[in-house]
Amino acid sequence: MKKVGKQSLILDNVYVLNSGVTVGPKEGAGPLGKYFDKVYDDLHIGEKSWEKAEMKMFKDAIDICLNKEKIMPKDVDAIVCGDLNNQIIIGNYVLRDYAIPYLGVFGACSTSVEAMIIASQFIESGTFKNVLAGTSSHNATAERQFRYPTEYGGQKVNTTTSTVTAAGTILLSNKMSQIKVTKATIGRVYDNEIKDSLDMGRVMSIAAFYTIKQHFDDFQLSPMEYDLIVTGDLSFYGKDMLLKIFDEYHLGINKNYNDCGLMIYDRNNQDVLAGGSGCGCCAAVTYGYLLEALKEGKYKKILVVATGALLNPIIVAQKETIPSIAHAIVLERVE
Amino acid sequence: MNKKIEKVKKETEPKRKIFLNVVKAFVVGGIICLLGELITEALIKYGHLEKDTAGIYSVIIMVFLGSVTTGLGLYDKIGQFGGCGTIVPITGFANSMTSSALESKSEGVILGIINNMFKLAGSVIVVGVVSGVVIGLIRYLLGV
Repeated sequence: MKKVGKQSLILDNVYVLNSGVTVGPKEGAGPLGKYFDKVYDDLHIGEKSWEKAEMKMFKDAIDICLNKEKIMPKDVDAIVCGDLNNQIIIGNYVLRDYAIPYLGVFGACSTSVEAMIIASQFIESGTFKNVLAGTSSHNATAERQFRYPTEYGGQKVNTTTSTVTAAGTILLSNKMSQIKVTKATIGRVYDNEIKDSLDMGRVMSIAAFYTIKQHFDDFQLSPMEYDLIVTGDLSFYGKDMLLKIFDEYHLGINKNYNDCGLMIYDRNNQDVLAGGSGCGCCAAVTYGYLLEALKEGKYKKILVVATGALLNPIIVAQKETIPSIAHAIVLERVE
Repeated sequence: MNKKIEKVKKETEPKRKIFLNVVKAFVVGGIICLLGELITEALIKYGHLEKDTAGIYSVIIMVFLGSVTTGLGLYDKIGQFGGCGTIVPITGFANSMTSSALESKSEGVILGIINNMFKLAGSVIVVGVVSGVVIGLIRYLLGV
């Protein structure tokens, strides 16, 4: 483990053992549906409240991940996770049922990678053997937390993203496996002075740009180093803005770049407006599809850049601009 | 923010389809009002009610329809298409109350439903009362 350049670090000893991804019906019906471990038929997931539904989804994601690896909760040294609800209550409540030391983190929709970076440090340092990282988001809990009641008839503008209903967990370990976590870049907070909380893709594009650029600068790499570069949840308008910023700097990432918010849904045939967003968006695509694609050998080296808009409804109502952050992590197939 | 990013930000500013939205709102809002008008006329003709009384019953029926379609998960879909045309009529008022009530159901009757029912519709009441006072004052001062 060592620091590289300004914001990056190299990891020598962190592997991905397994993952668990649970998703809602819309995500299950999307193009990546078959890569998810469990698809629920409806958003209630048999629970009384949306919050409980999200908890059930996250709990299932933990259990699926641990069952796949045939590892008991007592053998997990720690879990690092967070979500979008006030005071990150999903992890707080779900982990009542597990005897696993817990660190709650908040990075908005960048949590999937933030949690992985923190978790990897315990393994790299030799302190812990197995650490879980995870996150979740639910369309209905996010709507009521950040926007309007789910059945409210107000028209949503076309830049609005659709919060992904998904929970994902990933088990990192010092035990060798097919997939290795090799590099990471910790993001800074940026603000491109957009006030519209329904235009979050464009809000976050600046953070994605600077984190990706910093990653290349720190490691002195070119974008061609990776088979695939994915951002977390910029969706249609954010992706467009990010690509144009790269063009402006004469850095081409067009060929091997995509966004999880556009991968998880079929925008033309699914009613999702600008695309997907939320903690679960990057988590489901990365822990579900991308890990599988690495195992299959479809990709060898992937740069995942999870993006988060750091707002709450009060500060937005006070007409403040919205800051954003992006964290990057590199996943490589071990030959 | 640096100039390059500022430039891209301006270039990628999303365009809102205002004209199309206005047309859709006009049509959808018009259909809702036509329905209300038909109910009023039917109440006068077949219910043998006075015009004012028929109007009141018609409003009650429209609020009922707005609430039921909200509960059935239809009103938000019409709203996504019709925009302002679905929010401005009284069915939109019913939708904002019913959707808030449904959303807060999980927190119980008092802390949930009663506390939150007017979360969105409250602004309509406040604006209604304040403008009523202002207009009333103007009328009084002008002596009309």
